[in-house]
Amino acid sequence: MTATSLPAPDAPEDLASSDNGATVDEAFRRTALGAGLAILAILGLIAWASISKAWPAFSDQGLDFLTLDRWAPSQNVFGALSMVYGTFVVSTIALIASVPVSVGIALFTMEVAHRRLRSSIVFIIDLLAAVPSVVYGLWGVLFVAPSVAPWYNSISDTVDGWPVLGSLFGGGGGSGRGFLTAGIILALMITPIITSVTREVFATVPQGEKDAALALGATRWEMIRGAVLPHSFGGMVGATMLGLGRAMGETIAVALTIGSSYQITSSLFASGAAMPSTIALEWGESSGLHRSALIGLGVVLFIATIAVNSAARLIVTRTERRMRGA
Amino acid sequence: MTTNEEDDVTTTPHDVNDARTAPARLTASSAADAGARGDAAPGKVVFEATDLSVFYGDFRAVREVTLDIRQHEIAAFIGPSGCGKSTVLRCFNRMNDVITGARVEGDLRYHGVDVYGPKVEPVEVRRRIGMVFQKPNPFPKSIFDNVAYGPRIAGTKNKAELTDIVERSLQQAALWDEVKDRLHKSALGLSGGQQQRLCIARAVAVDPEVLLMDEPCSALDPIATGRIEDLMEEIKTDYTIIIVTHNMQQAARVSDRCAFFTTEVSEVSDTRTGVLVEYDTTEKMFSNPSDERTENYVTGRFG
Repeated sequence: MTATSLPAPDAPEDLASSDNGATVDEAFRRTALGAGLAILAILGLIAWASISKAWPAFSDQGLDFLTLDRWAPSQNVFGALSMVYGTFVVSTIALIASVPVSVGIALFTMEVAHRRLRSSIVFIIDLLAAVPSVVYGLWGVLFVAPSVAPWYNSISDTVDGWPVLGSLFGGGGGSGRGFLTAGIILALMITPIITSVTREVFATVPQGEKDAALALGATRWEMIRGAVLPHSFGGMVGATMLGLGRAMGETIAVALTIGSSYQITSSLFASGAAMPSTIALEWGESSGLHRSALIGLGVVLFIATIAVNSAARLIVTRTERRMRGA
Repeated sequence: MTTNEEDDVTTTPHDVNDARTAPARLTASSAADAGARGDAAPGKVVFEATDLSVFYGDFRAVREVTLDIRQHEIAAFIGPSGCGKSTVLRCFNRMNDVITGARVEGDLRYHGVDVYGPKVEPVEVRRRIGMVFQKPNPFPKSIFDNVAYGPRIAGTKNKAELTDIVERSLQQAALWDEVKDRLHKSALGLSGGQQQRLCIARAVAVDPEVLLMDEPCSALDPIATGRIEDLMEEIKTDYTIIIVTHNMQQAARVSDRCAFFTTEVSEVSDTRTGVLVEYDTTEKMFSNPSDERTENYVTGRFG
C-alpha cells in the first residue's frame, strides 16, 4: 500500500512542509522575472546611450533635424527629412510588392499545394531568408540595376508629362539605382518572413470553420475569403509589420541600390537615401557633429519602428474586437 | 400509410417492416443478411450506397458498406469509436475530398446520380446535402451573417430576401425567439447549444434536401441535447437526416432506422477496418437484432 507515503489526515501541518517544491517555484519565478526586466533594461540603456550621443546634433539643429531636407556635413547642416522620406518610400514599395505575393504563397502552400510540394516550397522560401543581405545588395547593384535601367528610361520617356504617372515615373530613368530598385530588392528580402508568419497564422484557422464553409457549398476561394482571411487578419497585419520593421531597418542592400542622393522627389526612378543606409555609408568618415547626427538618424529610426509596431498592435486589437462583434 | 398486419408497432408510420417486398435489393455484401439495406419499405430512396469503401492512402478505413437512406427519415449510425461511421457520413457530401489521400470506392447514388461521377461538382453536392458538425463551429461573424453565409455564396444578394431566409431558418432551428433582438451581435456570444442550433439554421438556410449530423450533441449538455433532438423530430418532415451518434439512447430516441458499425481487426496486418454489421429499423435493431454483435453492443456488453 502507498498509504504510508501520504500524510495522515489528522496532521494538517504537513501541508506547510513541502520540502523543495516551493523553493524551485520561487527560483523559477525570479529567473523569469529577471529575464523580463533585463530586456527592459537593455532597451532603456540603448535609448539612453543613443539619445545622449545624438544630443549635440539635436540641440545644434533643433527641429530642423526633422524638417529640413538639406544634409551637408561639410557645412554642419543636418536635415534628415530626405532620409526619412527615402526610408518611407522604399519600405512602402517593398510592402506593396511583397504582401500580396507573400499571402499568395502562404495560401498556396496551406490550402492548395499537395503536401510534398508544400514542404519543398517552404524549404525554398526559408532558404531565401538565409541569404545574407549584402548578397541581395550586390545582386541588386551589379545585375538588377543595369538590367532595369533601359526599362526605366523607356517607361520614363513614355509617361513624361502625364498626370500622376508622369510625376511618379517621369523625369528620366537614371542609372537603375533608386527608390524603386531598392524597394523591389527589399520586397524580395521581406517576402520570406511575411510568408512564413502568414503561413503560421493560416495554420491556426480552425478546421471546423473551414469545414463549415465547404459544407455550405463554398468553393475553395469562397472558403478562403469567408473563413481563412477574416480569421487571419490580425496575424496578417502582424506579419506585414514584421516585414515593415525589417524593411525600415535594412541597411546594406538599400545602401547599395538606392543611389545615395539627399533629395525628396516624387519620381520612383530617382536615387535617394534612407536612414540606415546613410549611417552605414557615412559612419567611417564621420566625426564630431556629423557622427552625432548619424546617431540621431538611428534614434529617429528607433522611434519610427516603435510607432509602427504600436500602430500595428492597435489595428490588430481593434479588428479582432470588431470581428468578435462584442 | 400502409402497415403490415403482422408487423410490430413501429416508431413512425414510415417504418413498414417487411423485407420480402424487395428481394432485388438484397445484394451480397459483407454485412449481408436480409436487413443489409435497412429493410425494404416503400419510402422514397434518397441515397443508395453499394459496396462503399473509404481509403486513407493504402489503408482501408471502411469496407463495403451497402445501405439505403430514405426520404423524411432519420437514419442513425452507431458503433464504437473508430468504426468509420463519421467517415461514411462524410462520403455523402464529399467532405472526404478535403482530406489529403482519402479515396472512395464503390457506388453511391443520390436519386440515382453517381455522387462520385466524373462530372459531379462537390460544391453542388454540398449545397444539396448540408452538414452539422460535432463541435459547434459558427463563423466569428454576426448571427445574421452566419445564417446568410450559405445563401450569399449561392448568389442571393437581395437584402429583404436574405432577411427572410435568416428568419425562416432560425425559426426552423428553434432559435429565432432567443436571438431575434441580437441578430447583428457576434455568434460567438451564444451558448454551446445555441451555437449548435445556429449551425443547424445555417445549414438549412441553403435549403438542402439532406442534413448530415456528425455527433451534433456530443459537446452539449442534456438539456441542449434534448432541444436538438426535438428539433430533428420537427424538421424531418422537410429534410432527410443522417446522424452519427455515440449515444445509443439518442439513436433509439430519434431515429427511424439504425446502422450499426464495428471494427474488424485484420489478422495479417493488425489494421482496423470499419464494417457495417447491420442496418434495419431502429425498433428491430434495439429489440431483436439479427446479428449477435449488434445485440451485444446495444445491450451494453461491448463497446
